[in-house]
Amino acid sequence: MVNSPILQMFARSPFKPMQEHIVKAQASAAELIPFFEAVIRNDWDAASDCQQRITVLENEADDLKRGIRQRLPASLFLPVPRTDLLDLLRMQDKIANRSKDIAGLMLGREMQIPQPIQEELLELLRTTLLAIEQAVMALGELDELLAAGFRGHEVDIVERLITELDQLEHKADEHERKLRASLFAVERELYPIDVMFLYQIIQWVGDLANLAQQVGNRLQMLLAR
Amino acid sequence: MDIIAQYGNIMVIMACVFGFFMAWGVGANDVANAMGTSVGSRALTLKQAIIIAILFEFAGAYLAGGAVTATIRKGIIEPSLLTGNPELLVYGMMASLLAAGIWLLVATHFGWPVSTTHSIVGAIVGFAAVGISMDAVHWNKVGTIVASWVVSPVTAGIIAFFLFRSVQTLILDTEDPFHNAKRYVPYYIFLVGFIIAMVTFTKGLKHIGLHLSWLQSAGISVFIGLLTMAVGVFMQRKIKVDSNADREFHFTSVEKVFGVLMLFTACAMAFAHGSNDVANAVGPLAAIVGVVSAGGEVAQKSAMPTWILLLGGGGIVAGLVMYGHKVIATVGQNITELTPSRGFAATLAAATTVVVASGTGLPISTTHTLVGAVLGVGLARGMAALNLKVVGTIFISWIVTLPAGALLAIIFFFMLKGIFS
Repeated sequence: MVNSPILQMFARSPFKPMQEHIVKAQASAAELIPFFEAVIRNDWDAASDCQQRITVLENEADDLKRGIRQRLPASLFLPVPRTDLLDLLRMQDKIANRSKDIAGLMLGREMQIPQPIQEELLELLRTTLLAIEQAVMALGELDELLAAGFRGHEVDIVERLITELDQLEHKADEHERKLRASLFAVERELYPIDVMFLYQIIQWVGDLANLAQQVGNRLQMLLAR
Repeated sequence: MDIIAQYGNIMVIMACVFGFFMAWGVGANDVANAMGTSVGSRALTLKQAIIIAILFEFAGAYLAGGAVTATIRKGIIEPSLLTGNPELLVYGMMASLLAAGIWLLVATHFGWPVSTTHSIVGAIVGFAAVGISMDAVHWNKVGTIVASWVVSPVTAGIIAFFLFRSVQTLILDTEDPFHNAKRYVPYYIFLVGFIIAMVTFTKGLKHIGLHLSWLQSAGISVFIGLLTMAVGVFMQRKIKVDSNADREFHFTSVEKVFGVLMLFTACAMAFAHGSNDVANAVGPLAAIVGVVSAGGEVAQKSAMPTWILLLGGGGIVAGLVMYGHKVIATVGQNITELTPSRGFAATLAAATTVVVASGTGLPISTTHTLVGAVLGVGLARGMAALNLKVVGTIFISWIVTLPAGALLAIIFFFMLKGIFS
């Protein structure tokens, strides 16, 4: 057995697992596209398959999250505040959780999406997913940030990515507002309880974009010291 | 007096065996800490690391190991008290070697972190204070040594912090890190060559018949620095931007340039380690040989024979070749988070601190100095995750090792005294 203080002092980096985690969260959100398409087709077998995949991905993200937390004892010396890192992780994880909520609710109620808002809902979802992809890209710079010591030119690159992420979130907000208006225009013709839940789904999809933005914000907090 | 005349040769042979065994242990275990960072950063292959370690540990031990050996040999104990009983010094030094050697074996077996330096200093202080008298110990010298154990990691940490900050400002945090790496890394290489040469020339080398003034030393050191710089420039000439690898991780090509630098700092580290840690093995041996060859004179005016340093260097190399390479491999494989840019900053800071300590004659722990240096890089936000518990472990190793070494040395001292008289 080798007993070297040098060896003991190097703990495993949490940054690579953080990147793996957000990729997992993004994958579960991305499954919402085929899921929504199946719902619109009224193909509940396909929708159920998608929902299964989302659940599996969400579980895997949970496992990764737990692993990262266990490997971040307070005695660890990190280049960024530990609490900020855990906060970022929590936000990332919420993306997977929210995706699971959306799929679960829609499948459970076999929700019908009225024809007039179908395309707009898909549009909102796509914009939201773009925002999440942008967050993944920003997180992808974590190892470069670490290499540069969270300073200098690398920080500018990440700041730019985060600004773009903010813009995508605004775009999603815009879509969400329009979508609500469209639903409002037709809601009188629909069954009231279904409409209530449709508003709920719209809000949750919008939440996904907000969460992506929150991930960007938390990343920015890691940089600021 | 009679005892030395009667058993002198046996004593020297025994001391040689113990000293060689200690040096073997240093080579088998300790070298891995000095070389592990270089192997871990993937800048050196295991084979390269071992070849560098063999050459530079030996060179460090032989060329720059004299001052620390002198401290262990005659800096801790007041020889005048022993004029009547020179054999006590011989028993004591043999007991110290035995105590430190056995303590290291036990500790390694149980996986406790210990330092050769602390064991041997603890042992010598122990036998002198209890076996001879409290006045026999140069307490202020011991105080300086103990203080240096705290100062050396802190110093290395500060140097590493500023070295890495300079790397960040000049290279990593700029628009074109690759270009800047190629531009500035040669200067760091110059620094490595210059520092090591400067300390070695100003503090040692009298024993191989080289007497140089400060100015001459400085001139030669600048020349050696420029020479290593030229070699470095030649080596990094071939490194090109690998845009494929850079897409995955933007700093891949930059780190390759630092890999060349790491090669030089690894040499410096091995040299520094050899220069400081050889004394732990051959210091007591030198004291014994000194007494016996002077026919019982404890005054010790005579210079230390150079074959003792050669024996120590040889022992380190033997331990390295027979066992140490395995430990280097293990340590290297498990330090995966260290990139050449960080590894270089930490290693150069530690090597500089250790070499300066060697020149001053202070026996310090290379490993603890390196831990301090890595923490310094961490403070510059350079490390992914460091386990701070290791700092506590180091404190405990101080508190445990000193009394343990002392106690064992006292026991062996009285045993040897009983056997021979």
